[in-house]
Amino acid sequence: MHFDFLFQHIFELTITGLALGAIYALVALGYTMVYGILQLINFAHSEVFMFGTFAFAWVFVFIHGTTSASQGLGSTIGLLILALVAAMLTSAAVALLIERVAYRPLLKKDAPKLIALISAIGASFTLSELMGVRDKVAAWFGLEDNLSNYVSNARDIYANPVTINPKGLFTIGDYTVTDVDLVVIGAALAMMLALDIFVRRTRFGRGIRAVAQDPESALLMGVNSTRIIQITFLIGGLMAGAAAALYMLKIGTTRQNAGFILGVKAFTAAVLGGIGNLRGALLGGLLLGVVENWGSAVFGTQWKDVVAFVLLVLILLVRPSGLLGEALGKARA
Amino acid sequence: MNGARPSIKLPWDRVGGLFIGWPKWARWLVGALVVILIYFLPIIRPPLITTPGTDFGGVMFSCAIFALVAVGLNIVIGYAGLLDLGYVGFYAAGAYTTGVLTSEHWHWPFFFALPVAIAVTMVTGVILGAPTLRVRGDYLAIVTMGFGEIIRLVVTNVGWLGAASGIKDIPQPPSIGPNPIGPTGGLFEIPHLDWSTFPPSLDYDHSTRFLKFGVLDAVPYYWLVLTALILVLIADRLVKASRVGRAWEATREDEDAAELMGVSTFKYKLLAFALGAAIGGLSGALYASRQGYINPLTFQLVLSMLFVAAVIVGGAGNRWGAIAGGVLVAYLPERFRSFSDWRYLVFGLALMVLTIYRPQGLLPPRRTRRVMQAEEEIEELEGVGADVA
Repeated sequence: MHFDFLFQHIFELTITGLALGAIYALVALGYTMVYGILQLINFAHSEVFMFGTFAFAWVFVFIHGTTSASQGLGSTIGLLILALVAAMLTSAAVALLIERVAYRPLLKKDAPKLIALISAIGASFTLSELMGVRDKVAAWFGLEDNLSNYVSNARDIYANPVTINPKGLFTIGDYTVTDVDLVVIGAALAMMLALDIFVRRTRFGRGIRAVAQDPESALLMGVNSTRIIQITFLIGGLMAGAAAALYMLKIGTTRQNAGFILGVKAFTAAVLGGIGNLRGALLGGLLLGVVENWGSAVFGTQWKDVVAFVLLVLILLVRPSGLLGEALGKARA
Repeated sequence: MNGARPSIKLPWDRVGGLFIGWPKWARWLVGALVVILIYFLPIIRPPLITTPGTDFGGVMFSCAIFALVAVGLNIVIGYAGLLDLGYVGFYAAGAYTTGVLTSEHWHWPFFFALPVAIAVTMVTGVILGAPTLRVRGDYLAIVTMGFGEIIRLVVTNVGWLGAASGIKDIPQPPSIGPNPIGPTGGLFEIPHLDWSTFPPSLDYDHSTRFLKFGVLDAVPYYWLVLTALILVLIADRLVKASRVGRAWEATREDEDAAELMGVSTFKYKLLAFALGAAIGGLSGALYASRQGYINPLTFQLVLSMLFVAAVIVGGAGNRWGAIAGGVLVAYLPERFRSFSDWRYLVFGLALMVLTIYRPQGLLPPRRTRRVMQAEEEIEELEGVGADVA
């Protein structure tokens, strides 16, 4: 137990925890929205995130090349925005693909929830492994030499060639807050705000809430529920893509199985805040990031993941409806 | 309006019906012959199914271990309907208990450690199950997955359990007959068959020493696991056919209704969890003893997913389906070595395809088959009615 360490570094741990938590929160949105309307744990959502991280790094490799460089945030801003857009689009496309291939056939059959969950696990496996054998897939088409920058050593860590140098801006306590921290937290909050407005103010948002509340009545009132489900997956994918970009900005490396642990943590965040609840996802994500950071300071970093898992189990046992309560449908307009 | 697509029928769906008219002794005879054949499989080494490039006895051993694990997990998923994604945790608990008792801290003989390993794993199952079985079904999947990962992280980080380097020198089960180091020992020698000539000849260069447990030959371990599997199957059959089995079925189909009928659903779910854990512990212990060393890398979460895939692909709820699934999952990557990189991809795809086209698995339980048949008959009748109208 290193409580003295925790108190000495409380500001640093809290701010880096918030940055990490903002990323969890963005991924958690995908879980929470899909669960809100389908009561289904979209197990494959972690792979949506993982594809986003690769898309982000590939944009850098494509434009910048593989020579490693270290740049500040300001000088790479154009490239960053391009990569962010690529990550969001890729993730959204993967999310839509999952909806089309793994869920829609089951929804049509009105299959039990457990069957849908197994299909989701299958989809998650398939996508993660597809990334893991991408070198062999490229070899089928005889492209392994042309694409070697993108596909070689498919199971190893894949790093963004450009390291983003964080620049210190101001000091809280004894921790210098960097521009990367601020961008991550700020971008995540902005996304959340936009989404919140979208769900509360727009026509599609009303449709989402209607389907979440009562799918049959919504159908009778003329809501195209298939379209609404698609839009939900699309938004979840866009948010996961943004999370992937911020993750790459902060961490810089990814892997074909990088989505798994992050996915479980994002799900924890969603449950912590109250699954189906958008603001809950934000609260849960930030809280989880901070608690996890504090926990790893107290027990040692090797116990970091254990802290998150134990927290998940505790919430499910003590308050399964989460801190803010679960309900996408009950959100007021 | 029911838009349900009928699930795809497979050629062996009606094989079970073939034996219906047979007298009891004939069925037993066929069963006994099949069992003997399976025992001698690594001796006979039939061409086509042997594995080029890998020791066939070792592959048969992994098949038997996976089958045993799948039978245990089938109790949890198939009978009680609880999706456990952290089953590898119990497998690890069994292996690590054996490792700690026989090598790391004490030096017990293997067969003393085995029942303790089973008991410890069972208790682990109860400890994990008691709080978590109250949560909703889909949450349970995530919680068990979390626990599976916690167990792996604990064995990675706790020095008393060998930390990242694991546990070495786990002893073998005692051999029957002399046990010198090297290719002799045991009571007698059983030559393998060599199919390179026809008719096949006895191959004395590759032979199995009867019940000598050594590092060289996996066949005695295969027999040990197979024997354990048969005992577990007998117990499984007895439990399934009893009040407990019916309580599981009722709980799985409709928990509220079962509770109203006076079934203490929580108790039975916990029992399923504990029994499943015990079998997982047994397989883990047997695995540790064959391998001689264990480390946390063996117990990755993907292994859990493979176990679940085995049960679902084989047919949850049917013990033979679970065995078939376990054997497929262990055997296919070894038979087609170039395929081993693709195996998770293939199993992922198989899970998706199966849930959409045949959610009951390759060998569904008899009850599900009857339901399928009844649905078909109804459809036929409806079709006739439509023609008349």
